[in-house]
Amino acid sequence: MSSVSVRQIRKSFAGLTVLDSVDMEIAPGEFVVILGPSGCGKSTLLNVIAGLDERDAGQIFIDGIDVSDLEPSQRGLAMVFQSYALFPAMTVRRNLSFGMEIAGRPKTTIAEKVAWVAKLLQIEALLDRRPSQLSGGQRQRVAIGRALVRSSSICLFDEPLSNLDAKLRAETRVELKQLHETLRSTMIYVTHDQTEAMTMADRVAVMHKGKVEQFAHPQSIYEKPASLFVAGFVGSPAMNFLQGRLDHAGRFQVGDIGIDTSGYGFEDSSRERDVVLGIRSEDVSVVDQGTPESIPATLAFTELLGADALSWFQCLGKRFSVRLGVNEARAMQPTVGLCFNMAKASFFSAASEQRI
Amino acid sequence: MTRWLQRQVYRPDIAVAVFFAMVAVFFYGSIFWTFFMSLTRSTLMPDYQPIGFDQYIKLFTNHRWLVSCLNMVIFGVLYIVGTLAFGMLLAVFADRRIAAESLFRTIFLYPLAVSLIVTGLSWRWVLEPVNGLQALVRQTGWESFTFDWLTNPDRAIYTLVMASIWHSAGLVMVIVLAGLRGIDNDLWKAIRMEGIPLWRAYLQVIFPGMRPIIASCVVLLMSEVIRGYDLIIAMTKGGPGISTEMPAKFAVDYYFARVNLGLASAASIMMLVLSLVLLAPYFYTEFRRRT
Repeated sequence: MSSVSVRQIRKSFAGLTVLDSVDMEIAPGEFVVILGPSGCGKSTLLNVIAGLDERDAGQIFIDGIDVSDLEPSQRGLAMVFQSYALFPAMTVRRNLSFGMEIAGRPKTTIAEKVAWVAKLLQIEALLDRRPSQLSGGQRQRVAIGRALVRSSSICLFDEPLSNLDAKLRAETRVELKQLHETLRSTMIYVTHDQTEAMTMADRVAVMHKGKVEQFAHPQSIYEKPASLFVAGFVGSPAMNFLQGRLDHAGRFQVGDIGIDTSGYGFEDSSRERDVVLGIRSEDVSVVDQGTPESIPATLAFTELLGADALSWFQCLGKRFSVRLGVNEARAMQPTVGLCFNMAKASFFSAASEQRI
Repeated sequence: MTRWLQRQVYRPDIAVAVFFAMVAVFFYGSIFWTFFMSLTRSTLMPDYQPIGFDQYIKLFTNHRWLVSCLNMVIFGVLYIVGTLAFGMLLAVFADRRIAAESLFRTIFLYPLAVSLIVTGLSWRWVLEPVNGLQALVRQTGWESFTFDWLTNPDRAIYTLVMASIWHSAGLVMVIVLAGLRGIDNDLWKAIRMEGIPLWRAYLQVIFPGMRPIIASCVVLLMSEVIRGYDLIIAMTKGGPGISTEMPAKFAVDYYFARVNLGLASAASIMMLVLSLVLLAPYFYTEFRRRT
């Protein structure tokens, strides 16, 4: 178990800022997921932590020691790659043992380690095969095994599941989480898949345009997104947004409708300002049209998801999704009113796009 | 209308058949004719009376043929190993993104654009003891300098190896470099994470993973070895003595200078057999991989 501390890391490629003063404190044994759309700098951040990419400024500390200028192999890290990156002409056994051979470990230790990891990942039967004879899932296991035999206390994952099919991805996700429970090593995991982030992480760092927008427990990222970007990126379907104005009395004014926001708990509700209301589809309820404090909406279409249903409404010129029971969705009137659960809502400043 | 359409069905077959007929007559026809000639006593003109495999027995008791074969083995092994080693080394340097890479690539690929005759002549001028490199160094004052490999029966074959490596290394470099550029960037990252030294990374990870590409290079170079003729003519003419004779030159000499059609045909057929034996493993593995 080791701690990782990223301090003021900056990096740019050809005038384009990829990492903009990134700070991140990762506790020993923590499972941290770095989540973001492609091009947000998440993979670059991981490569900088590993030492595979040069940084322009800032430092990386591991267990309080500055490793910023060390070679990747000297930082005590292991890494699993998206394309597995197995050594093509070597058997699985050689793939696992080659790094230890290079490091000059004794033969008995190498054999023990290989046997241990093969048992742990259930790849004993594959040890004498070559990577070209393995399926994608098996290759991924070997790649994880190769990282584990390094007995590093920190393991980095660069989108390790994105080349697997959906079913295998779900299975491997669970196994990886269990592996973390068993080994308790620090894991940093980069992905663009929010399901992976939500299910595996102790904490999620959501990145956007080279900055960490929010670094928190997945549930609080979902319930209390720190910025408009996080709110729109995390969650499926995406959060519903409504632009409006917060008046002196703390009422949310949209068009000629005013909604009481007393359930929300503003730090400072006396100031009048332009805001964006964000609300998850499960926090919207359907009422009869004309009910006070509700917004008129017309039904566009309904998606039946099996366990529940998503009804899509046209509401003040915007698409609104509402999560409903299947029977409720089937009996839906074409014109209704929508009510919001203010205790679960999010308000963002229209100017700064930050949560208020 | 339907009859006309039906007639069109055979059109592609007819077009291809012409091509196949040409290949069959001029290529395979010639091979069979040569094989038939090797079974006769033909000298200047063809003689169609078969006498069995006498010409092959004569061939393998012919001292000059045996020397040719031995020369081809020595030349072939040194040339293939040398060209691969040199070409792969150049490819590695180019892959490490040295400065002015395209300039160097052009320089090393350039010899391939020069015909083997010109290559041979240039190297002969350089290696000629009386006028070439040796004379040049002696003029600078080093009177005892001797580099007479070209005229030394024990060493002349190595000058052929040198010239051929110079000629072909660029080709190997370009092919291997193309393979290196296709290596997944994640693999290089994994190599750095494991702390594998660069030379071990190339020798134990990267090149073993490029086996099909390297096998293609070996096949290309092997065909160069078996049909090697023009470079020898330009550089040594098989000499001094018969120290740089090769099978292809043997066959041409017996066809035209010594007018022994039967023996020359037997030599040609042996070269064909050798090619098939050497190429069979390659085609076998290629075919097996596809099915």
